[in-house]
Amino acid sequence: MLLEILQELHPDVDYATHTTLIDDRVIDSYDIIFLVGEIADKLDVEIPADELTPENFNSYAALNALVQRLDENA
Amino acid sequence: MAHILDYLEVTAITHADKPAFIGEAGFLTFAQLHDRARKTGAEITDRGIYKKPVVVFMQKSADMVAAFCGVVYAGCYYVPIDAEMPAYRIRQIFETTQPALVICDDTTLPLLSEWAQEKAWDASYEAVLFDDISAGALRESDVTALANIRRRAIDTDAVYVVFTSGSTGMPKGVTACHRSVVDYIEQLSTVLEVDEHTVFGNQSPLYLDACLKELLPTMKYGATTYFIPKSLFMFPVKLIEYLNEHHINNICWVASALGLVAGLNTFAKVTPYTLRTIAFGSEVFAAKHLNQWRTAAPDAQFIHLYGPTEATGMSLFYKLDRDFAEGDAIPIGRPFANTDILLFDENGNEPPPGQPGEICIRGTCLCLGYYNDPERTSATFVQNPRAPYADLMYKTGDLGYIGTDGNYYFLARKDHQIKHMGYRIELTEIEWVAMRIPGVQLACAIFDGETSRIILYYMGDETAPKSAVQAALKTQLPRYMMPQAIFPIPTLPQTPGGKIDRVQLLNQYRESVRATRKD
Repeated sequence: MLLEILQELHPDVDYATHTTLIDDRVIDSYDIIFLVGEIADKLDVEIPADELTPENFNSYAALNALVQRLDENA
Repeated sequence: MAHILDYLEVTAITHADKPAFIGEAGFLTFAQLHDRARKTGAEITDRGIYKKPVVVFMQKSADMVAAFCGVVYAGCYYVPIDAEMPAYRIRQIFETTQPALVICDDTTLPLLSEWAQEKAWDASYEAVLFDDISAGALRESDVTALANIRRRAIDTDAVYVVFTSGSTGMPKGVTACHRSVVDYIEQLSTVLEVDEHTVFGNQSPLYLDACLKELLPTMKYGATTYFIPKSLFMFPVKLIEYLNEHHINNICWVASALGLVAGLNTFAKVTPYTLRTIAFGSEVFAAKHLNQWRTAAPDAQFIHLYGPTEATGMSLFYKLDRDFAEGDAIPIGRPFANTDILLFDENGNEPPPGQPGEICIRGTCLCLGYYNDPERTSATFVQNPRAPYADLMYKTGDLGYIGTDGNYYFLARKDHQIKHMGYRIELTEIEWVAMRIPGVQLACAIFDGETSRIILYYMGDETAPKSAVQAALKTQLPRYMMPQAIFPIPTLPQTPGGKIDRVQLLNQYRESVRATRKD
């Protein structure tokens, strides 16, 4: 589901290999807001402010790990 | 006579060695800013360019401000563009303004050459690096040339042209002059209570008029402006830490930037304890987020600003003096000094208090209209019908009313213009761009205010799958105008009158969102 959300945003990005989404400005501030909203809506996971870091959004793997962790702790 | 460089010429002496503008790539003191601007002005003058548009295409930096001032020293007016604009839009801007000169930095010059080659632009301009034209001392002949230019200046000379979304797909170049800018800055500085101890934290891009509210008061008072790195607005805890670290005490941000910080529950982790003035505007600010800010920064003065680019920035202000509950409208307040607001109902009459009318603005703050576009200029810059003499007013297209408390309130737009992330966007411009994509027959862009998303529905054949439409839009629309969701649709719903039924589409969209939500 998370991958679908990301692909909806940027269909041209290979999320399996891209690990510098923030550093390369693939994902910008509009995308972050969109992602936080979509993840809350569709996955029912609220991302708290201090988890909004470049590291957590730089790759699909990192973001997925964050979502899993938050979901388990919820 | 009003001239925007008068400010810098005083502070370059009184605050010579104080940092004026501080960005990621470094800072300039007032004296350095002044020197680089004058050298740039002399170099432009050397090329025989006078009273012409000069494009400034640079990364947000202190140097970019020096380039703006340099263009004005040359008696020209600047046209700021940004690498975030898609090449297609930049091309429209070049076609409209036909610039003789483009000032770049070493990150933007390669981009410009690339685009010009790829798209075979029909434009003849010289592209120069800011570093090459701003270094070194002035010759004696330069000093004379700049003095002569200044002597011939009048306060209705153009200062800049900034481009804003246009409903027919062609952006409009709003052109401001010295007296409109100076009038705005004098009134705004009073409202914001700026002095030399003010430290601004700038959020708005330098290619919009919105940046004037930090740039000019900084030059007028010898204050300081930090250009906050854009990436911090994605990471709000780091953003507040940045404000604290640099002792920033004055911010004027779009409401969505403030809303993002509050909405992500940032204040549970960090408190902005250096802020004294928090101004916001350009869009509706939810009372819920406002109240979170007021709790987090109880000593700060909160100010709501309202105004169109066509009146050089902001025209009305409201200093918050009471609490607001969720759902309450925050007034846009009263006009700045030397600015007058008129309301016109459908019959051209002044509506009674509480009744809506179109907000019209008159005063020295009015811009010179749209660049090279007399038709659209004369449609909105019109004679005030209540004056028996020549008296120009600007029709904002906004509906508002005056409350029993004497404050003005914003109600709605008369057309399909929206505010999204602080940007002013014509939904019909998105539709025009979409309908130029091969295979797309009809398109309708709607805005879901609840989630702050732009949604595009389109009718197209098999040559226009969603991925192709999205890819094509990306090359032609600025990032902030990109729809967050795109849906092909067999037929667009119509109202009984035959128009596209936007309300029906919005309901359809909300229904589809509810359906995909996790239960």
